[in-house]
Amino acid sequence: MKSYDIVIVGGGPAGLAAAVAAREAGTQSILILERDHELGGILNQCIHNGFGLHTFNEELTGPEYAYRFMEKVFAENIEYKLNTMVMDISADRVVTAMNKTDGMFEIQAGAVILAMGCRERPRGALNIPGYRPAGIFSAGTAQRLVNIEGYMPGREVVILGSGDIGLIMARRMTLEGAKVKVVAELLPFSGGLKRNIVQCLDDFGIPLKLSHTVVDIEGKERVSAVTIAEVGPDMKPIPGTEERYTCDTLLLSCGLIPENELSKSAGVELNPVTSGPVVNESLETSIPGVFACGNVLHVHDLVDFVSEEAKKAGENASKFVKEGAAASDKEPIKFVATEGARYTVPSTLDIDRMDDLLTVRFRVGAVFQDSYVSVYFDDERIMHNKKRIMAPGEMEQVILQKKKLAEYPNLKTITIKIEKE
Amino acid sequence: MTTKELTCIGCPMGCQITVQMEKGEVVSLEGYTCQKGEIYARKEVTNPTRIVTSTVLIEGGDKERLPVKTKNDIPKDKIFDVMKDIDAVVAKAPKKIGDVIIENVAGTGVEVIATRNIDRE
Repeated sequence: MKSYDIVIVGGGPAGLAAAVAAREAGTQSILILERDHELGGILNQCIHNGFGLHTFNEELTGPEYAYRFMEKVFAENIEYKLNTMVMDISADRVVTAMNKTDGMFEIQAGAVILAMGCRERPRGALNIPGYRPAGIFSAGTAQRLVNIEGYMPGREVVILGSGDIGLIMARRMTLEGAKVKVVAELLPFSGGLKRNIVQCLDDFGIPLKLSHTVVDIEGKERVSAVTIAEVGPDMKPIPGTEERYTCDTLLLSCGLIPENELSKSAGVELNPVTSGPVVNESLETSIPGVFACGNVLHVHDLVDFVSEEAKKAGENASKFVKEGAAASDKEPIKFVATEGARYTVPSTLDIDRMDDLLTVRFRVGAVFQDSYVSVYFDDERIMHNKKRIMAPGEMEQVILQKKKLAEYPNLKTITIKIEKE
Repeated sequence: MTTKELTCIGCPMGCQITVQMEKGEVVSLEGYTCQKGEIYARKEVTNPTRIVTSTVLIEGGDKERLPVKTKNDIPKDKIFDVMKDIDAVVAKAPKKIGDVIIENVAGTGVEVIATRNIDRE
């Protein structure tokens, strides 16, 4: 069996940044396994700009952002295999994969980095009534068709869900000559960035209907019309509010789910809130030596934060390869997200293994104005940061100092919550 | 006097800003809650601009489409003129990030450049 110090599953933004960071930390033997025919992942089809403001201080398009990292992978001669599907990861880090040239093969990995990204929530998970004709696409599928393959999925479009990909595709289809009639959003607010609502919808006069959902799809062979209706506070359609739109295409932008089939079969413990692995301060999963980063860990809104997180995972995997599993007899400190905070990444913290600073990322469950992000060390409130606005669509973070944590040797729980005062 | 309603894009607050204009000059600005909003609103009512991104057909390459962008922002009311020029282009492989695809798009004086590398087939 071949062996590598670090095997990275996925060659998108997370996998690329993790590989570069692991090499910079001194690990020579690294292999990236990518199932597509090229590196770069989803960024290749995200041809719009706005990527990299935090990382490079300029607004790049997706392909340009990906290439910044691919260049480093090429310059460092980091090995990668394309068109290669990972079939299984065992608890002792044997990675089973296959492709057309090597057939099925196994690799013993010193450490594994999970960087498989996420998938769009499909129609089947949405319970939309009506027929099942052609012309219903996830927004990301439409994006691939238009931007990579050069096909228009349709001419008259209704979009369900106001996530960023749906908004971006509303503009993209409009620029290519389609008529986008309406964007319906089930929730009373959009999960998309304000900038996208203005520049992708308002610029082109596309209406956004909040608290609306699709109640009927017509068409036997191809979509011919879609009916939307307003929903009440119970999320149920209100009779009498139906509006029918003739169209040939329905795009779905209804959320992203981390792709953890491999993690599950490996026995990695998952967090039911994020659908991603439970990780410690080193971004290490419940299986020692298996790390996770990027959208497979929790869905991000900005690729810059994916790169930042993946860099940490790469460095920590490199450390694991050199120093082995950390022997600590201490019970790790647990993070609790409550009262407005939905989850934290990481979930646990071993102060002996942390850097001087630890970034804890989390999301809120609703829109909060003029509220405080509070951090409690057991029962003592030690951080109380006022925020003008927090929204579910924008990831939040707090930064913990090792110095401060060292003052609390018996600390059991760190709680993050949102407080009015 | 004309009145324009804007949504600020500076942060998730999305402040609704009301701007009153007379003869192309801003007379009053209301509804913004920070400096970002004021700067955004002034620019948006006097000189709104956008970066346009799209793809062009490419021949002889290992991909079907070449993604492109306007190198700088162009006037917002020229978006569809820019798209018309972009749609008329057929590029030839190979192309590298930054290669100029159109020199002066829709008379804006702005270049359209490639945003990914495409090798020969």
